[in-house]
Amino acid sequence: MKSLQELAAIREQTKAKMALREKEGAVRVVVGMATCGIAAGARPVLNTFVEEVNKEGLGGKVSVEQTGCIGICQYEPVVEVFDGDQKTTYVKMTADKAKRVVAEHLEKGNIVKEYTIGYSNV
Amino acid sequence: MYRTHVMVCGGTGCTASGSGKIQEALVSEIKKKGLEDEVKVVQTGCFGLCELGPIMIIYPGDVFYSRVTVDDIPEIVEEHLLKGRVVERLVHEDEVTREKTTSLDDTSFYKIQKRVALRNCGVIDPENIDEYLAMDGYTALEKVLTTMTPDDVIQCLLDAGLRGRGGAGFPTGLKWKFAKNAVGDVKYVCCNADEGDPGAFMDRSVLEGDPHSVLEAMAIAGYTIGSNQGYIYVRAEYPIAVKRLQIALKQAKDYGLIGKNILGTGFDFDIDIRLGAGAFVCGEETALMTSIEGKRGEPRPRPPFPANKGLFQKPSILNNVETWANIPQIINNGPEWFAAMGTEKSKGTKVFALGGKIKHTGLVEVPMGTTLRQVVEEVGGGIPNGKKFKAAQTGGPSGGCIPAQFFDVPMDYEHLAEIGSIMGSGGLIVMDEDNCMVDIAKFFLQFTVDESCGKCTPCRLGTKRMLEILEKITSGNGTMDDLDKLENLAYFVKTNSLCGLGQTAPNPVLSTLKYFRDEYIAHIVDKHCPAGVCSDLLVYTIDREKCMGCTMCMRNCPANAISVTKYTPEGHKRPSLVIDPAACVKCGTCQTVCKFDAVSKA
Repeated sequence: MKSLQELAAIREQTKAKMALREKEGAVRVVVGMATCGIAAGARPVLNTFVEEVNKEGLGGKVSVEQTGCIGICQYEPVVEVFDGDQKTTYVKMTADKAKRVVAEHLEKGNIVKEYTIGYSNV
Repeated sequence: MYRTHVMVCGGTGCTASGSGKIQEALVSEIKKKGLEDEVKVVQTGCFGLCELGPIMIIYPGDVFYSRVTVDDIPEIVEEHLLKGRVVERLVHEDEVTREKTTSLDDTSFYKIQKRVALRNCGVIDPENIDEYLAMDGYTALEKVLTTMTPDDVIQCLLDAGLRGRGGAGFPTGLKWKFAKNAVGDVKYVCCNADEGDPGAFMDRSVLEGDPHSVLEAMAIAGYTIGSNQGYIYVRAEYPIAVKRLQIALKQAKDYGLIGKNILGTGFDFDIDIRLGAGAFVCGEETALMTSIEGKRGEPRPRPPFPANKGLFQKPSILNNVETWANIPQIINNGPEWFAAMGTEKSKGTKVFALGGKIKHTGLVEVPMGTTLRQVVEEVGGGIPNGKKFKAAQTGGPSGGCIPAQFFDVPMDYEHLAEIGSIMGSGGLIVMDEDNCMVDIAKFFLQFTVDESCGKCTPCRLGTKRMLEILEKITSGNGTMDDLDKLENLAYFVKTNSLCGLGQTAPNPVLSTLKYFRDEYIAHIVDKHCPAGVCSDLLVYTIDREKCMGCTMCMRNCPANAISVTKYTPEGHKRPSLVIDPAACVKCGTCQTVCKFDAVSKA
C-alpha cells in the first residue's frame, strides 16, 4: 500500500519522464544528428541534454530534439537553442559542455559565449 | 532517461491491422542499433483513427505516422530515431486540407474533437499505473475521500449535468442519490461494459486505453452510495480490454487504491470482473444484474428499480463505461468546467464510433451539440468515392436513422429524440446512396430477432413477424397492406415489450418508414430496389453489343443460366451471350468475371 506522499512522489517522477510527450517546450534544444554529427560524437551530447534537462526539472519548459545536417560539418557536434526569436548556435559540443549549457543557459538564461560559433577558431 | 518515446497504438483496430508485429520489429531494430537505452517504446490505447492504422507517434515533435508496415521499421529507426529526420513518405496527408500534417493534433480529424472520456487514450501506457497517476490519476478519489461528503459528490454530479452515456441519458447524480438514500446493509456498484451494438467500440477503447479511470470512478461511487463491492460486467469477446482491466485492478490493489482501508481512510472497496458471454440483452440493466448473479441473462420488470432492488436484490447502481470515465475529471475540474461544454440540457462530450461509408473509420469525441455534418465531413473526412450522404444510423439496433435533411441538427439527447432517433451508446453508421434503407432496417431487425431473450411475447414474436414482413417486401412479394401492418406491429412491440431491447427494436423500421417510405413503396409497387442491394429484385443483363462471346461468364455461372445466342455484333468473332432471368440466382459472378464490362445489374 502506498501513502498519499508516496503517490504524490510517483506522480512527480512519472510526470517528468512523460514530459517529452507534451507539446514542444518554450525552449527547443536541437542537436544535429546527421552522419557527420554522430561521427563527431553527437549522441552522448544529446543524451546528456536529455538527462540534465530532466534532472534540473526543466522537462515541461525545454524540449530536446534532433535534426539532420545543417551544413557546417567541421563544427559538429552542433547544438542550436531556440528561445523565442533568439537562436544560439553552440559548436564542437561535448557531454561536459552540454552540462554547462543546461546549468547556465537553460536554467539561468546566460548564453555560454565561449562555446558559440562566433568564438570558435576552426 | 529516454530521449524519445515511440507510442504504438495497441487498440483493437490497430492490433487487427498488425501493430503487435510492428512493435516487436521496432523493439528488435532499436536493439540492433543500440538505442534501447535512449528510445522507449510504449503501447497505448486507441488514438481513434483506426482507418489509418497501425498508428505510431514519436515524441518529441509529436510526429504522426500512419499505415506503418514492418518493412518501414528499419527506415524509421535509422532515419528518425537515430538521425532525427522525419520519414516524409509515412507522414499522414490530411483528407480535408490535402496538406501533410506531422502532428496528429493538426489533422482535421482531431481539430474539433474534445477529448474528455478519451483524454488518456493514446497518451499513456494503459498497463502502467504510474502513467495514469502522472495524468492526475486517483487524485479525484483522494479528493473525494479526504474532503468531500457523499452528498457533495452527488451535488457535484448534478451541477455538472452528467447524463448516462449508455444511451438513455438519465442524470447520473440522481441515480446515485436514489441508491444512496435506499435502505440496505449491502449495496453494489456495477459497470456496464457489455457493449453490444454492431459497429460500436467506445467502451472497449476506454477500457483498453484508460482502464484506471473506470476503477477510480467506481471507488468514488462506492464511497458515495455506501457500497464496498463493485462488479465490472465485460464481454469475454473483448480480450484486450479484459486483460488490461485485470492488470489495472492488480496494480491498483498493490498500491492500496482498491481494497481494504483505501488511502488509510478506513474505506473498503473491492472490484470483481465478470465476463459476459456476449448476449445483447445483457446490456439491459436488470438482465445484466441477473447475469452477474449467475443466472440466465433475462430482464425483470421495473419497478422495483435497481436503486432499491438491484444486484442480489440489494440497492445497486449501474453506469456505462463512458459515464465512469467522465467522473474523475468532473471531480477534479469542477462541475462548472463540465457544464460549460455541450448544450443546454446535454452537457459534456460524447464519444462516437464512426463506421460505414466514411473515410476515417474510428473513434471520435466531440462536444454535445456538434452537428452531424461536422462529424461526418470534418472529423470523418467525408464519404469515400465521391458518393452522396444519404443517412446516418445512431444508436445501432435501438436507434433510428438521421436523413440528409437533418445534417445540420445538433446532436444531443433532445434533438436526436425529436427527429425519431436516439443518442444511444454512440454507434454512428454512415450510409451513402448505395445503401438500401429497407435492407438496413432488415439488418438491424435480424439482429434483434437473434438477440431477443424470448421472455416476453411482444418482443419474441413481434420482432420475428416484423422481420418476415420485411423479407416479404425485399423479395418483391410485399403489398401496400403490409406497410400498414408493419407500422402497427412496430408500435405494438414498442409499447408492450418488457425491457429496452424490445421497446427500441422497432426504431430502425419506424424511422426508415418515416423518412424513406418511397423506398419501401418502390420495392412493393415497382418491384425495384433503388439502391440495387436487394438481390431478389435485381436483374442481371448482358449488353449484347459489348459482349465478345468469350464465354467466361457462362463457364463460371453456378446455375447454368447463361447461353450462347445467334447474334454476333459487327466486327466481333463470336456470338453474344444471354442470361435466362428465370434460372439466374443473382450471385453476381458473371459481372465480376467479365473483362469487357458487358454485364450490368438494375
